[in-house]
Amino acid sequence: MSTFPIEQIRADFPILGETIRNKPLVYLDNAASCQKPQAVIDSIVHTYSHEYANIHRGVHTLSVRATDKFEGAREKVRAFINAASTKEIIFVRGATEAINLVAQSYGKSQLKAGDEIVISAMEHHANIVPWQMLCQQIGAFLRVAPMNQQGELLFDEFEQLLNAKTKLVAITQMSNALGTINPVEQIIAAAHAKNIPVLLDGAQAIPHMAVDVQALDCDFYVFSGHKIYGPSGTGVLYGKQALLEAMPPYQGGGDMIRQVTFEKTEYAGLPHKFEAGTPAIAEIIGLGAAIDYVTAIGMDKIAAYEAELLDYATQQAEQIKSLNIIGQAAHKGGILSFTLDRIHPHDIGTMLDSLGIAIRAGHHCAMPVMDFYGVPATARASFAMYNTRQEIDVLMQGIKSLIEVFG
Amino acid sequence: MFEDLRDLYQEVIFDHNRNPRNFRVMDNANRQVEGFNPLCGDRLTLFLKIDDHVISDASFQGSGCAISTASVSLMTEIVKGKTEDEAEALFKQFHEMTTGKTEEINLEAIGKLAVLAGVREYPARVKCATLAWHTLDAALKNEAQSISTE
Repeated sequence: MSTFPIEQIRADFPILGETIRNKPLVYLDNAASCQKPQAVIDSIVHTYSHEYANIHRGVHTLSVRATDKFEGAREKVRAFINAASTKEIIFVRGATEAINLVAQSYGKSQLKAGDEIVISAMEHHANIVPWQMLCQQIGAFLRVAPMNQQGELLFDEFEQLLNAKTKLVAITQMSNALGTINPVEQIIAAAHAKNIPVLLDGAQAIPHMAVDVQALDCDFYVFSGHKIYGPSGTGVLYGKQALLEAMPPYQGGGDMIRQVTFEKTEYAGLPHKFEAGTPAIAEIIGLGAAIDYVTAIGMDKIAAYEAELLDYATQQAEQIKSLNIIGQAAHKGGILSFTLDRIHPHDIGTMLDSLGIAIRAGHHCAMPVMDFYGVPATARASFAMYNTRQEIDVLMQGIKSLIEVFG
Repeated sequence: MFEDLRDLYQEVIFDHNRNPRNFRVMDNANRQVEGFNPLCGDRLTLFLKIDDHVISDASFQGSGCAISTASVSLMTEIVKGKTEDEAEALFKQFHEMTTGKTEEINLEAIGKLAVLAGVREYPARVKCATLAWHTLDAALKNEAQSISTE
């Protein structure tokens, strides 16, 4: 922990100096969205001040500059997740759009009535609803692999769901509601043994661990830029080139064509085939800056630091008698989801907010997870690399105080 | 600690949260409506017995935050004995008070419900206080069996 440059990192995030209700901000809602370092803010200001124009269009200098920076961000993303080619990096608005793209393009063209898609019991709505929509459209079926009370995937039961009709596995790498980190290598190996492609929802995992899509051998990987300290409105779909080549476009429009007549259109090659319309140019360049930022610190160092934070928070939380931790997987990322006896999560959220502490209270877009635990909602503190033990102390003191007030 | 929240979490609210009034199933109810706030998962079932346009009994079941529990508990107390029109008028006044549409609170009409006025400073919590009343409104209008604040 001593080598982790926490003071420098905190100084790089201007919003961490804010006061909320006259208290120093303690931002513990990182699973919903992360704050932005100055480097990302500067990148956006710089783009709009010096390098902004539409991309892939003009011969003029600014357009060329903007295009170079935009495509430069694509290379940064490629290197960050170790994709084989920038052709495999599709820019979208977020993980949600990426999953919808795969469902509507890959799913609609490759699956048929009676086929099955396997997800898990701990998915975010974004990895449930697009598949339900696809199933309704084509007559396919959604199968849900169960989990245990700790919030761990029941691997044997997952494996038993894989059969000749299974045409896709779509599963989260890390649960946003529970913190569970899934054994994705094992999942992918089991699916590939039956020639079933795997989509990994990396929305929650991406800021917390190093990801190598070639080592994982996943077929699709999706994540959102805003959860890795980048701008909102940015996201990435990684897909193996052969799969993406075979897929029809998701949306039609400018930038995704080679030639258009009123009789027919010839589509552009990868990755542009999937990038109709003007994208979030400055934001995607800003995502490149965010990736530079975390890469300079080192994903392994970030993971180690956050693991210590989670251990500390868990130890402290376990000392509060009426606190129940929801999600106690052996392999877990920096998420502490909990309930308090007789105190509703929304009251916890409002009470902690008055102390300057931002947590999430609600169903975390994972209503089936809430149903599984028989709770309407949970309170969730989620940690990022800029959080500290002192902030966890403030959180725990706040929880103890509000328990007293509620009596 | 929590000094800033005194307007929102008044002692009356804690009291009704700990000991909700009229918290029971009503076997002889002639109106029964479900209320649901999908944002936070609050659910309640409101039971009314209406005889000749007068609410002779009101009760509820369900789970929610302190604000929503206190709101429905207080509501079942205050509407008992009121005519349907009086209850509707109260709903409008309560709605205006909690959404900040009126600065002046008619204390005589609203009575104890004034303890919930604090939510107007907390936009994220207004729906917690109004769920009960939207459910009542639906019950009075004899609408569908489920009401959602979304």
